[in-house]
Order: sequence, then structure tokens, then C-alpha cells
Amino acid sequence: MTDSFVAPTIDWIYLVPILVVLGTGVVGVLVEAFVPARARRTVQVTLALLATAASFATIVLLWRDPAVQGDPATGGTYGVRVLGGSMVIDPFGLAVQGVVVLLAFLAILVIADRTSTGQDAFAPTAAAVPGSPYEDLARRKGIEQTEVYPLVLFAVGGMMIFPATGNLLVMFVALEVLSLPLYVLSAMARRRRLLSQEASFKYFLLGAFASALFVFGVALVYGYAGTVDLAAVFQVLAGGGTPFADMPGLVLTGVLLILAGLLFKVGAAPFHAWTPDVYQGAPTPITGFMAACTKAAAFGALLRVLYVISLGMAQSDPAAQEDLFVALWVVALLTMVIGTAVGAVQTDVKRLLAYSSIAHAGFILVGIIGFSQASLRATVFYLLVYGLATVGSFAVVTLVRETAPAPERALVDATAGVVAPGGESASAPSAPTGGDPVGDDPSPAVPDAGVVLGEATHLAQWAGLGRRSPWLAGAFSLFLLSMAGIPLTAGFIAKFSAFGAAIAGPDTQGGGSTWVLAVVGVLASAVAVFFYVRIIVLMYFTAPAEDAEGVGVTVVRSRGPAAISIAVCAALVLVLGVFPSPVLELAAEAVKFVP
Amino acid sequence: MNSTFQEVPWLTLLVAWPLVGAAAVWLTATARTRGVASGALRAVRGIALGAALVELALLACAFTAFDTSDAGTHQLVETHAWIPQLGVSYAVGADGVALALVALAVVLVPLVVLAAWKEQESDVRRLRHYLALVLLLEAFMVAVFVARDVFFFYVLFEAMLIPVYFLIGGFGVGARRRYAAVKFLMFSLAGGLIMLAAVIALYVQVPLDPTTGLRPEDAFLTSNLVEYFAQNPMPVTTERLLFLGFFVAFAIKAPLFPVHTWLPDAAQHARAGTSTLLVAVLDKVGTFGMLTLCLPLFPRASDWAAPVVIVLAVISILYGALMAIGQSDLMRLIAYTSVSHFGFIVLGIFAFSSLSIAGSSLYMVNHGISTGALFLVAGFLVARHPERSQRIADYGGLQKVVPVLAGTFLVAGLSALSLPGLSTFVSEIMVIVGTFAVSHWAALVAVLGVVLAALYVLLTYQRVFTGGTPAELDSIPDLGAREKWVIAPLIALLLVLGLYPAPALDLVREPAQVTLSDLAPAGVQDPPPTDPFADASVTAEGSES
Repeated sequence: MTDSFVAPTIDWIYLVPILVVLGTGVVGVLVEAFVPARARRTVQVTLALLATAASFATIVLLWRDPAVQGDPATGGTYGVRVLGGSMVIDPFGLAVQGVVVLLAFLAILVIADRTSTGQDAFAPTAAAVPGSPYEDLARRKGIEQTEVYPLVLFAVGGMMIFPATGNLLVMFVALEVLSLPLYVLSAMARRRRLLSQEASFKYFLLGAFASALFVFGVALVYGYAGTVDLAAVFQVLAGGGTPFADMPGLVLTGVLLILAGLLFKVGAAPFHAWTPDVYQGAPTPITGFMAACTKAAAFGALLRVLYVISLGMAQSDPAAQEDLFVALWVVALLTMVIGTAVGAVQTDVKRLLAYSSIAHAGFILVGIIGFSQASLRATVFYLLVYGLATVGSFAVVTLVRETAPAPERALVDATAGVVAPGGESASAPSAPTGGDPVGDDPSPAVPDAGVVLGEATHLAQWAGLGRRSPWLAGAFSLFLLSMAGIPLTAGFIAKFSAFGAAIAGPDTQGGGSTWVLAVVGVLASAVAVFFYVRIIVLMYFTAPAEDAEGVGVTVVRSRGPAAISIAVCAALVLVLGVFPSPVLELAAEAVKFVP
Repeated sequence: MNSTFQEVPWLTLLVAWPLVGAAAVWLTATARTRGVASGALRAVRGIALGAALVELALLACAFTAFDTSDAGTHQLVETHAWIPQLGVSYAVGADGVALALVALAVVLVPLVVLAAWKEQESDVRRLRHYLALVLLLEAFMVAVFVARDVFFFYVLFEAMLIPVYFLIGGFGVGARRRYAAVKFLMFSLAGGLIMLAAVIALYVQVPLDPTTGLRPEDAFLTSNLVEYFAQNPMPVTTERLLFLGFFVAFAIKAPLFPVHTWLPDAAQHARAGTSTLLVAVLDKVGTFGMLTLCLPLFPRASDWAAPVVIVLAVISILYGALMAIGQSDLMRLIAYTSVSHFGFIVLGIFAFSSLSIAGSSLYMVNHGISTGALFLVAGFLVARHPERSQRIADYGGLQKVVPVLAGTFLVAGLSALSLPGLSTFVSEIMVIVGTFAVSHWAALVAVLGVVLAALYVLLTYQRVFTGGTPAELDSIPDLGAREKWVIAPLIALLLVLGLYPAPALDLVREPAQVTLSDLAPAGVQDPPPTDPFADASVTAEGSES
């Protein structure tokens, strides 16, 4: 058996969605090197959008594949194990992949938007040390790199493998494949570069720590079961066959460590500490991307690990399964309480959205702990809905900017012999506030708005937005209402499904006490509503406050892509709120997965 | 021919038409904002009023199609699957009570539109937002009363908060209007979310279909749920918890003491038209929910909770009245009178006699007319004050200056104290007599509320319309033709339904019997006298003489 190498048969067709994305990422690196600077950006954006769109299309095609869905006539097996379970293409994995790719497409639209200022959100040369002569030189030479697109594609590739693998080691690799590009992307903000790099560093350190926990957990599980294949672990748990059968603590500790690594990625307390800092520091389009897509991928992986292991435990060692769920209970409760309580006192819109995302991780966990078919369905639906609102709301954040009075404009006006209305302030151009001036890069003056600076993330700066930009404020309100779970938005249906799963409780045990979690979830939602509504109050009912420093707030126009993204997100949030049936039907089909 | 007429989906049309109207108002003004301002103003007003009047015509059609002799059954029923995965249907249907409340909403909206005619005249954009929101709200109000699916009801119950929130926060008066709007929203949402937990838990009580392993696609239909739980009672604790989940939300909405505190703030800071819709119609969703969801779905728990609810209702009656007497702000005063009146409605519902329940149903409609009139007249009065003051102390002696306004205020006020001959009298006497048969003390204490009502109405009239006139109010104009058109229909309704209440009684009598039969599992029986309505008329004559 070992004397000759037998090439394994690989069902390439089922890997196409992933390969398209990763392959385009590689091509993107080459584009970066060989395509002339003029065309580079266009090519990169086009490639990235095409790759995600094509990947989504192949997922749609694979969805109806009889091998994936099982033959309805015979009720036979479903799901395809590629490479001995390294990849498991089953309806659940495909559904999560679909959610990830769809959200990534919308996020790339936001990433690609240069707005009316003509600049995107990323440092032209991210590798330059902030404030260094090299950076200055690069800026004067007009060097603009576009590595952000291949990096995003690599991250998406990792996110697609993550929920669709039945092998813990592959899962670890996927975790790293998706994390490393995200660390880099977080450091690439055009403005407040030091803050961005600090965020990236925090993310990297804590992320590395979480990865270590994950890998240690995998090692313990391997020690117990002698395999890293989830299906085989299940067999061992269910049927014995391990010398360590009298040491169930081994596998329990292992699983808890693996879950800790995954819960870090979804931003659940007590592993949430990185979330607000990274969400705030990272370039906003990237924040939207990772908030939505990472969460979807990580919850997909978490569900797979949790279901396989805890179902295995249920057969051999129900006490261990109970311990596992006690731990999840604690995490879910903590996450909801911290997310909503701390979120209620935030004054920065990006941090507020970060805490809101923590709270949502808690709500999703409540649904998961319900531990039934219904909770799988609810989770898939919730991830989609949450992602849409998140990508959309961060896209809105990218368009609300600070301005400083424009000295150039006053000069131009003076030469034209016209008395400049803002002439007095021209002599004292104030330093851009809110962030280190190092590496700040004022864009060309926009008429009537002065110099457009970075995003106006302080909540007070959002006052009166509803009057100046009713459409933008309306879309943002819609996203907030959806996150708050107000009926007729998709968020309500999602919350209803998740809490419904928790109240119904596990299928097998005929209900349990999980309804307590749902009640806490409902109360936490009430607190969360408070801070979402606070923003709406600010936008509509508060007069804008003029800053004494002359720093104003303006809304820059999108050049199209971000606007499309916001419009699509808003439309889907509404449509899924009023007619969720078709998507719920798809989500119900997605609950089937093979270990 | 008649049958085809009845097959028209009148209720869906009633729900959908205001949405069309709202969109039209909004879009027209968008197209014309840059044109001549007065032209845009006319267009916005015309479209809004036209839409509201067409809705009135649709209501007339619905009434024609409705068989009054069978008012206890839900008619004009439409049921379509909406979210089958969650057991949710789009189901509408109206019994007499629901139709009466829909009528209340549909009658009040054109009057509110007309009352807002001169408000925000300087800013067409604001006016169009206001009117579009009012029409949007009308759609929600109609839908919530005819919803026959618990989930659908809940969705509307929550979604209608948003337009009201913007109506108060965006168009209200006073610096604290944002505070009032947020307080309203937080109270309502807190109640609503508790109810959400109960709604989900209710759904979970429905058994799985053994063949599909899922819950049935029409699991949330109110009629299915009532029928199912009548035959398969829930565990006692579960039923009580679910009852509380629903009841708390409805008590906040109604509002019942001690969760009423948002209402005075909201009424003080909202425009008169908003307050009218809020108190006259929206808050009825609370009592309507108690009547049509709490009682039929949780009969045993309702019976269990009834003594406490009755005590709370009686406290509301007295507390609301006493607080009203002590108010210095006209709008807050009217809000507190409503707290008192909602106490009566809840008392009647939880007294569990067919007379008191029918009385409460009628009370909901009459109170809507009476309070609507009161808020609107008070709004006209306040608009005449140079500083738009709502303080009662800033007025005085206006009887001589604006006799018509004073007269309409008096009639509206007298309807609030249930003067015989006005429609409110009929319903109040039904509630008190019906309660008396069940609980002597509650009825007796509630009668005190009537006495206090005389105090707060007449004292207010005295302070505002008699005595010396402040100099700045010396020459304010009396009600104009438009304002008379706003008030006249309401006063006419008060008089007509007061002198000839039979048509309204026909609508509420049979639904009350149905509610009582739904309570049968709890062992509740209609207390004697056996023919309560004959008895009511005797009592009514007795007190008149």
C-alpha cells in the first residue's frame, strides 16, 4: 500500500468556487507587478468583482447538484467529501460560502469607491513608514499600489474554506489564510495611519494567540481520537476505539480551546477585546468587509465543529456535552450583556458598530445553543442579514467626512477679485483634528466644503445628517432598524428565527431551559435598540453643531460602486424583511451537513 | 351581484390605499418642490385629503359588504401564506369591534389632515413628510385591527411605532419633544420585545406536524391558535407567563397605570393631530389586543389575573382623573383624562360580563371620537395663542372672544365626562353596570371617576373660557370654516351615537358574546341579568330622570 504513490482522485468541480477566488488573487499579485500603473487599479477592481461574482455563480450551480443535495427521490446521502474530508462540500458549507462571497462582492464595491474626493480609503504605499521621507517621496511621485484587492481575495478564499472543511488541520490553515491578509488590510488606512497600524498590531497579536489556542485544542483532540478528521473524531466519540476513553476531559478541553479560537474570530466575549479597536482603526471599507464576512465564515466553522463533536459526545458522554453547553451559555450571556451595555455609552460610530457586532454575535449564539435544525437555519439567515446591514452601514460611514476650511480656495477667490466668504479663516488653517497629523493627506478642495479630511466618526458630527442627505441617512436608519430588529426589516425575521430556535430548544430533548437565553436576548435587544435609536435621533432631530475649530462635516459623493452597494444592501434588508420566504426556504435546505 | 361585491378584498384595499396615498404625497412634492411654493402646497394638501376621503369611501364599501346581523363572526376574510417557514400568514378579517375601530381610524385621518392644513405652511417639504407619515400610519392602523394572524399583528404593532416616533420627534412642539419621542419609543419597544418573546413561545407550543417534522404553515392564525389551545390547554405556568408577555405590552400601549408615564409627555410635545391619532386610535391597539388576543388565547390566565388587572384599572381611573385635575398644561391634562378612560375600558374587558365587554368595545370608539375632538379643539386654541402656549393659566375669558370654539370645547369636554345624550354616556354606563354585576366595589369606585371627570372638565372650561381675558388674546379669531369642518363631524357623531346607539351596539354585542364563549374554558360565565341590554336601558333612564 505504501510502496507506490496513488494519486488521489479529486472532484475538482466542487472546488471551483474556492479556486476561482484564490486563483484570481494570484493573478492579482501578477497584475500588481506587470500591468502599467494607469490601468492597474481598473484591472484589479474588475478582476476582484468578476472573481466573486463568478464564484457566487458556481455556488448557485453547485447548489442543485444531486451529489450535494442528495437525491430527493431516494433520500440518499448528500454532500461531497473531497480529498478524504479535507473539503466537505455540503449544502451547509455551500450556503455559508454563498453568504461570504455575496457579502464580499458588496464589500469590494465599497473598497473600490474613490468618492468625489478621488481617493480611496487606503494608503497609496502602505509599506512606507508613516511620516518618513520615503512616504513623502512616494506621494510626490504619485505611486499608488493596489495590493488591497488580491489581499481581499485571499482572505475570501480562506473564509470559503473555513466553513467547508471536515479536517481540523485544514481548518487551521484556512484560519490563517483568512487572518493574515486581514491583519495587513487593517494596517492600510490612508488617514490616521498610526492608529490603523496600532489596530493591526493588536489584531495580529491577539489573533496569533487565538490561533495558538486553536491549534493546541486540535492537538488535544488529536491526542484523544488519533485523528484530525471530524468525521473520524465523531466515530471515536460515538463508538469508542480510543485508549483515552477514560479521559473525556482531554477532548472537552480540546474542543473548548478550538471554540475559543473560533469565538475570537466572531468577536464573542470574553474574546472580544480586539473588536472595537480594530474596527475603529482599520480602513472603514475593510471593517465592513471583515465584520460581515469573517463572522459568517467563523460561525460556519464553529457550527460544524460544535455539531459534530457535541453530537458525538451525546452518545458517549452526555455530561461532557452538558459542560460544553454551559461554557457556551456563559459566552452567549456575556457577549450579549457586554455588547449592549458597553455599546450604549460609545461616542464613536465605528466603535458603536463594533459593539453592536459583538451583541449580534451573542444573539447568533443564542440561536445556535437552541441546537436544532431550526437553529442552523436561523444562523445562516442571520449571518446574511447581519452582513448586509453591516456592509451597508460601514459603507455609509465611509461617505461622511470631516472638512477643514480651504486656504487654497480663499486664495483663488482673492486673485479673482472676489471677497471670499471664508476669508478670515484662511490665515489660520487649523490642523486636522481627530488623529495624528502624521501621514494625513488632505485631498483637493471641494467647492463649498473646504478640504475633505477623514471620516467623521464622532457621533456628535452626525447631527443633522438627515436634513442634508436624506437618502444616505435613510439608508443608515434602515440598517440600524434592521440591526435593532424592528419588524418589516430583515433583522426582525433573523432575530425571530434565532430566538425561536432557542425557545423551542433542542429537537432531541424536547425543549430545555434555553428559553432563558432568549429572554435575556430580548432584554439585551431592548438596550441595543436604545443606542441604535440614539443615532437616528441625532441624524434627524438634532441641529448640526458647528465646530469652533472650523472643522465641518460633509457628505462626499460616491463615484457609484459604494452607492450601488448601499442601495443593494438596503433593498435586500427591506425585501428580506417583507418577503423572507424564498431565502428562508434556501436556508432550510442548507441545514443538512455531513461531518 | 351582492356576492361578487362581498368578494372584493375590501380590507386589503383599505390597508393598501393609504400606502398609495402616502407615496403619492411624497412623490408629488418631490417633483414640485422647485416650482411655485403655493402650488406645491395645494398639491400636497389636495392629494392627502383626497386619499383620506377615498379611504372613507372604501370604508363605506366595506360596511356595505359587512353583514351586521352576524357581527360576531369575522367577515371579509382573506388568508394567504406569507412566510410559511415560520407559520405566518397574511390574514385579515373583521368582526364588529374591529370594523368599528377601523372606522374610527378612517374617519379621524381626513380630519387630522384638514387640521394640519395651516401647520408648517412655510415649508412644503415638512408638510409633505408630515402628511405622508399620517397616511402611512393610517395603513398600519387599519391593518393592525383587521390582522387575524398573531405574527402579522405583532409586526404591525411594532412597525407602527416608527412613523409615530417621527411624528412626535420630528414635528412635535417644545424643546423636549425628542425626549418625549424617545421615551415613547423605549416604553413601547420594551413592551413589544417582551411580547416578542411571548409570541415566539406561543408558536413553539404548536405541535410539530408528524409528516413533515415542521410546524404547520398557518400556525400563527389567531383562529387556529384559539381553537387549538381551547382543546389542548397549555401548562398553567406557561399560559400565565405568555399572558403576562402579551398583557404587559398591551398595558404599556393602552396605557394602564403604572406604565402610563410616556403618554402625558408624548401628548404634550406632539402636534394636536398626532396626539389625536395616538390616543384616539393607536392606544386602542392595547385594549383591542387584550380583548382579542389575551382573553381568547389565555382564558385561564386571564381569569387568574383579572382581580389584579381590575385593581390596576380602578387605580388608573382615579389616578388619571386626579392627575388631570392637577395639570397646568392643557395637552397633558387631556392625556391624563385618557389614562382615566382607558382604566374604564380595561375594567370592562376584565369584568368578564357580556355587557361590560360590549361596553368596553363601544367605549373604545366613543373615547376615540371624544378625545379626538378634545385634542383637535385644544390644538386650534393653542394655535391662536401668540406664543403657542399650552399653559392653562395663560388663557381666560375666551367665551366672549371665540364663542364657537368655546362651545365645541364644552361639548367635547362634556362627552369626556359622559353626559347623558352623548355617545360616551352609553358605553360608560354599560361598563359600570356590567362591572357591578361582577364586582360591586370596583363599579362603585369607578363611579367616583365619573364625578372627578366632571371636576376636571368643568374646571378647565372655567379657567380657559371664563373670567378675564389676557390682553394678547383679546382679538383672536373664532373657528374658521376649515376648523368647523374638522370638528363638526365629530360632534355630530357624538350626538347621533348618543341618541341612537343601536347601530354601534349591533356591532359590538355579538363579538362580546363570542369573547365570553372563548373564556368558557376558564369557567367564566356571563353573570345575570340574562338580558343585560334591556337592563342597561332601564338603568340609563333611571339615572337620567
